[in-house]
Parts: sequence; C-alpha cells; structure tokens
Amino acid sequence: MSRKFKAALFKILMILSTLIISGSLILILWTIASRGVHALTWELVSRLPEGGFYIGKGGGLLNAILGSLYITVGSTLLGLLIAVPVVLYLNVYSREGSRLATVVRFTFDVLFGIPSIVYGAFGFTIMVWLGLRASLLAGIVTVTLVIIPILARAMDEVMRRTPGELSDQTYSLGATRWETSLVFLRQCAPGIMTAILLASGRAIGDAASVLFTAGYTDNLPGSLTQPAATLPLAIFFQLSSPIAEVQDRAYGAALILTAIVLLFSLSAHYFSKRLSKNKI
Amino acid sequence: MTRVRLIKDRISGKLFLAFTLLSILLVVFVGIGLYGKSVPILRQSSLSHLLFSREWKPFKNRFGFLPYIAGSVLVTGLAILIALPLSLMTAVFISEYVPNRIKRLLVPFIDLLSGIPPVIYGVWGVLTIVPFIQDRIAPHFVEFSSGYSALAGGLVLAVMIFPLIISILLEVFGTVPQELRDASLSLGANQWETVYRVVLRKSAPGILAATVLAVSRALGETIAVLMVCGNQTAFPHSVLDPVYPLPALIANNYGDMMSIPLYDSALMLAALILFVIILLFNGLSRVVLYRLERRNNE
Amino acid sequence: MTFEAPHIRVQDLNVHIGDHHILKNISLDIPDKKITSFIGPSGCGKTTLLKTFNRLLDRNKEVRIGGRVLVDGEDIYGKDVEVTGMRRKMGLLSQRPFPLPMSIYDNIAYGPRIHGTRRKKELNGTVEHYLRATGLWEEVKDRLGSPATRLSIGQQQRLCLARGLAVEPEIILGDEPTSALDPLSTQRIEELFLQLKDRYTIVLVTHILRQARRLSDYIVFIYMGEIIEFGPTEEVLLDPKERLTREYVKGYIS
Repeated sequence: MSRKFKAALFKILMILSTLIISGSLILILWTIASRGVHALTWELVSRLPEGGFYIGKGGGLLNAILGSLYITVGSTLLGLLIAVPVVLYLNVYSREGSRLATVVRFTFDVLFGIPSIVYGAFGFTIMVWLGLRASLLAGIVTVTLVIIPILARAMDEVMRRTPGELSDQTYSLGATRWETSLVFLRQCAPGIMTAILLASGRAIGDAASVLFTAGYTDNLPGSLTQPAATLPLAIFFQLSSPIAEVQDRAYGAALILTAIVLLFSLSAHYFSKRLSKNKI
Repeated sequence: MTRVRLIKDRISGKLFLAFTLLSILLVVFVGIGLYGKSVPILRQSSLSHLLFSREWKPFKNRFGFLPYIAGSVLVTGLAILIALPLSLMTAVFISEYVPNRIKRLLVPFIDLLSGIPPVIYGVWGVLTIVPFIQDRIAPHFVEFSSGYSALAGGLVLAVMIFPLIISILLEVFGTVPQELRDASLSLGANQWETVYRVVLRKSAPGILAATVLAVSRALGETIAVLMVCGNQTAFPHSVLDPVYPLPALIANNYGDMMSIPLYDSALMLAALILFVIILLFNGLSRVVLYRLERRNNE
Repeated sequence: MTFEAPHIRVQDLNVHIGDHHILKNISLDIPDKKITSFIGPSGCGKTTLLKTFNRLLDRNKEVRIGGRVLVDGEDIYGKDVEVTGMRRKMGLLSQRPFPLPMSIYDNIAYGPRIHGTRRKKELNGTVEHYLRATGLWEEVKDRLGSPATRLSIGQQQRLCLARGLAVEPEIILGDEPTSALDPLSTQRIEELFLQLKDRYTIVLVTHILRQARRLSDYIVFIYMGEIIEFGPTEEVLLDPKERLTREYVKGYIS
C-alpha cells in the first residue's frame, strides 16, 4: 500500500467513525423527542396517578417529577455541605504539595468511577442496619454519596486554576484562612454553579442508586421518612408494561427527563467554558 | 476581636480536615459495609465455588455467580470492542484533523451527551436497538431472537461510553508536545504517519488507561443494560443469547432478597465483587493518567 | 514605639525550595521611610526574599526557611507569632493587579472590615481617604458599587495599593508592580511611591534599572541567591564596588 493511499484510507475511516458516533447520539435525541412528544400532555406533568393508572387510565407523573426534584435538591445541598469544606481544605488550608491533598484528589477520582448500583447497595445495607425503610431520606443520602465526587472534583478543578495572587493579596491584608476561603468562594462562584448543575443533572437522572433506597409511591412524599417516586424509575417501570398507553407515558417521561438534564448541561456550559473533569 | 477571628480560623481548619478525612474514608466504609453483609454467604460456601459455579438456585441455597459474571464480561467486552476503535478514530480526527472552529462545536456536543441519564439510553435501546436486532440481524443466524440480548446490551453500552473514551483521549492527546508533531512533519512524514508514529505511540499508556476506565464504567452500568439484555440466568453461548450481568442481578432482585435466606448476602457479595474490581481498575488507570499529566506539566 | 532596629532586619536567612538553595546567608537592614530596590537577574531570588518578609512562602510545603526576619524587633518565624497581625503591617503589590471579586468600595473596605471596623460612616471615610491618596477618587467616585474588575489595569493596580494602605501598614512591598502596566500608569504608580515614602518603608523588586534609579534611595543587588552589594542608589549604580554588579549594571549579565 502506498503511503498516500494509507493516509487517505485512514482519514476516510476517521470521518466515518465521527459520523457514526455523532449520528448515534443525534439518533438518541431524535428517538426520544419523536416518541415522547405525542405522549407529552399537561395531564402527565400536573397530576398524580389515578385509579387504573397502570392499566392505561387517567393521571400523571407529578409524584415522580416532584420526588425527583426533592431528591435532587436535597442531595445537592447535602453534597455541597460536605464537598465545599473539602475543596476549601484542599485549596486554602492545606499547603501546596501536601501529601494528603494528593491522596484526597486520587480518592475522589476513584470514587467518581464507582457505579451508582454499588452506592445503592451500600445505602441499602446502611438503611437495613439502621432499621429504616426505603424513604426520601435514604434516597437523598445515597444520591449524595454518588454526587459528592462530582461536586468535589469540579469545584477543585476551578479552585486550582485560581491564581496564587488571590491568596497572596488577602493574606497580605491580614486575612485568616477562613476569611480567605470566603473570598475564594466568591471568586469561584461561576465554577461552583457549574459543579452544582452537573451534580444535579446526575442526581435527577440516576436510577440505580434510588432503586433500593427511595422506593416508589403513587403519592407525593409527605415527609422524609416516606418513600418517594422518581422520574427514572417511573420511566423504567412503565416501559416494562405491556399496555401501549402506559408505555407511551414512559416515552413522555423520558422526554421530560432528557429536557431537564440537557437544560442543566447547557447552563453548566454557559457558566464555564469547559470543565475537563466533569466527564472523566 | 483578633482572638475570635483566630479561633474561628483554627476551628474551621480542624472541621474541614475532619470532613476531608471522612469523605475519603467513604471508600473504606463502602468496602466494610458490603463485606459485612457478604460474610454469611462466604461462611457457607467458598469464594471460588461461588464465582465458578453455574448453579443459581436461591431457594435451595445455591448461589453460583458464573452465568452473571459471564454476562457482565460478554456485554462489557462487546461494548469495548465496538466503542474503542470508533472512539479512537473519532478522537484522533477531532484532535489532529478538525479545524478549531468545528472542534468548538463537536466537543461540547459530545460532552453534553455524556450527561444523558442511563435510563434514557435504555429507552432508546428498547425502541431502536432491540427491534433492529430482532428483525435485521438475528434472522441471519438463529431461528428466533427477541432482540433482548448480549449484543443489544453491548451496543447500548458502547454508545454510552463513546463520550467517556473520547473525552479522556482528547486530554491524553493534548499531553503530546506540539514540537514532536512538528518534528515528524518536518522530516517528511505525512499527517497520518505523524499521528500513527508519534501521537498514538506517545499516548499508548493513556489509551490503555482510557480503555480500563471505560471497562469499569461498562461493568458497573445497570439500568440501561438491564433494560435491553434479556435477564435470563443461563450461561450465554452466543451474542444473540439473552444475558444477565451482575448489576442487573442486583437491581432486579432487591425486592425479594429479604424473604429468602442468604439471598441478600449473595447480592451484596455481587456488589462487593463489582466494587473491588472497579476500584482496582480505576486506581490503576488514574495512576497512569497522573503520570501523563505530570509529564505534560514538566 | 521606639526601636533601635529598623522595621525589617534580616539575619542569616537561608531559603531552600526542594533541593534548591534559593537564598544564601542573607543579612540586611532595610532603611526605614526610604525606598529600597532589589535588583538582579531573573531567578536570582529577589522575589523570594520579598515574600519571606510577610511569610507568603509558608504555603508551599517544599520551602524550608532558616535564620531570622525581624519585623519591629520580633522574629516573624519564631514560635507563637500571630501571622495575620504581622502580615497586616505590610501591604503587597503583585506583578499583576488582582482586585478581589467584589465592588471598588468593598475592595478598599475589605481589610478594615475583617479587622473589625463596622461603622458605615467610618468605612466611607476610609474608602474616600485612600482612593484620594492614590488619585482614584475623582475617577471612580460615581461608580463605587461597580465591580473592581471593570477598571483599567492601571486603575486596578492603584486600587490594590489603596486597598493595602487601608489596613494601615508600615511597610509596602512591591513585586515588580509596574511590569503589567502601560508607561502612563507606570508613571502614576512611581509618583505615588515617591509621595508615600515619607510615611512608609517601601521595598521594591524590579528588573528595570532605570526604574530603580528613578525611585530608590538604596539598592540591593542580588545574584544567585546572595547579596552582592548594598548601598545608596548612586553608589551602587554609578560606582559599584563589585565586579558582578558592574557587569550587571552595564548589561553584560541579565
């Protein structure tokens, strides 16, 4: 094979690969949109399941939409409560080149790769150990475990890129590390916003972690100790129904979930050009 | 006044350190928690028996994980086999050939899609991949297939891990110094030869790390695979057979597991196996990627 | 307060970063209420020396410091030193101006606020006073609430100076404070330094010899981590005693 031919051949292969990959991703969006749009009704998003819901009669998925919302907001807040102190410790309190900081960053990279089914199983063992039932609270705690690495890594990446001049300046004014931390948070506000959006996107779409822990119910969760429905599980359960009307609702719910997640991702993109650590 | 400030500073320091230590101990807690739950079944039969036995009869207290392990390996292997060459080609193309103008559109698009929840990939798989296999592929090889098969799982997983592999590879190719490319080009090599001899060769460890990370992502993926792979407990003999990967086993049976003795222990052992393997894979590939990053910074 | 010793006295200072011996046996008295410039080729350790004065090197784990730096007679590397109070005695201007992520007003008020000034009236007075002192008042008085990052880079550097002055330091440290600025802004900063030296002890790091000559009363020439020559500006620049200084001043080494 001549050199030129080889170069041309591989270029064609590369273009083909890029087309296949982009094509399959576009196909997903197209499939979800075209199938979902017919099923999308006001009833679906505004009402609770009614009698005979699962054999195709009236009602909507408000239980799952609100349940997902509660879990997302709850776990993101709880996750921030833990991740913010950690990244401040890494970037403001610990010294440059600290061994502990390296270990912590490595651990978060590894935790990031642990699948949510494992967190789900772990959450379940804790739940059983504490004698709790599947509930909103257990779901929130488990999803928090899933998103802490996402929050911590994304915020850490932004803070590490903050120029050293910032802390030089605050320290020179006589600020303590705590006071410097507050300025750091302000400086990194857009990055923190991005981290929150990325984590929320994951929290709202994750099914495997809530499967064991949040349970499922047709009612709105009245308190933290009651079970809560979630959108991903609503899709999952209704898709396995043999009844076409019920399946259609799954498609509608899939479109809603996709739209929410894409909205999160797009706004995250708006707040930060590109965080490399959000995906790998 | 100053005293109060200094005390606040010291307390916050201690508190933040405690949070940090606690959060990284999560790895240990997860390990211990799952191990504690797995102890009863490990007392009853040996680990090697559990891993290599094909017999899965919870009512008779027989728990052989081999069909599930085989299912996981098959689906993951298929996914990597499909995704790796395509992602590698695409990543090279984006990194080395595409003008910046298009790169700025393509990369965020791929990033965007990696945020789509697994359950959506699952729905897509049920709607397109499964019927496609049932109607177009399976009839050439077997009499009947529902389409819910290892191949369906592999295809859906492959699409899910495209963005992951491409993102890592783009980072990895970015660590290859531009001077090396320039040197190769100025010696008369054409662009493909430069890519092949310089960029890919220099990136070999990174490509390996990306593959290992993709494998561990694929091994742990639950819902999307569960929705399309058929979930039948049998040792698979072809890619058109239905399979039952480990995560699917855990997810599908959580409801019954409290009512059968040792069943919960068996499922938690399955989670522990996943956890340990993925922990190992992740750790190793991170070490490789750290090395590359450091090389880049020096 | 009466001290025999100057504000800053350095005794047998040695700094290692990792395996590198960055500063070797530095002993130096910085003259009070004068401008002292550190000159020398890049990488000679002049910025490192400046940063040892307010313990900004502490944050790096690789740094080891031996010897003493006395500020107002107190060894700042001694035990039980209250670092924040010590640092407050020194304002720092870095190479690039770095406004804090807040409004112009809040930038100036930041220091006084953390040190306990709460009263609005007092803060208003402080902000106006230091903005006037750095010649910014007329330029920004109508937009004190807008983000400091909207100022031009020259204005930002004067804002940073005003912010540093607002915590009432005795010493101003400047780490090549004009290197990012245009000639006009540079001139304004230099004029400010000359006005301020009656009240403050000023230490500047610079690699521009003409700037050192324009501004400083004393010059310290540092080479490979050692002080080669220290003396009044005219003496060091026009009639150096050491061969290395002569070569540097003539531009043979850089």
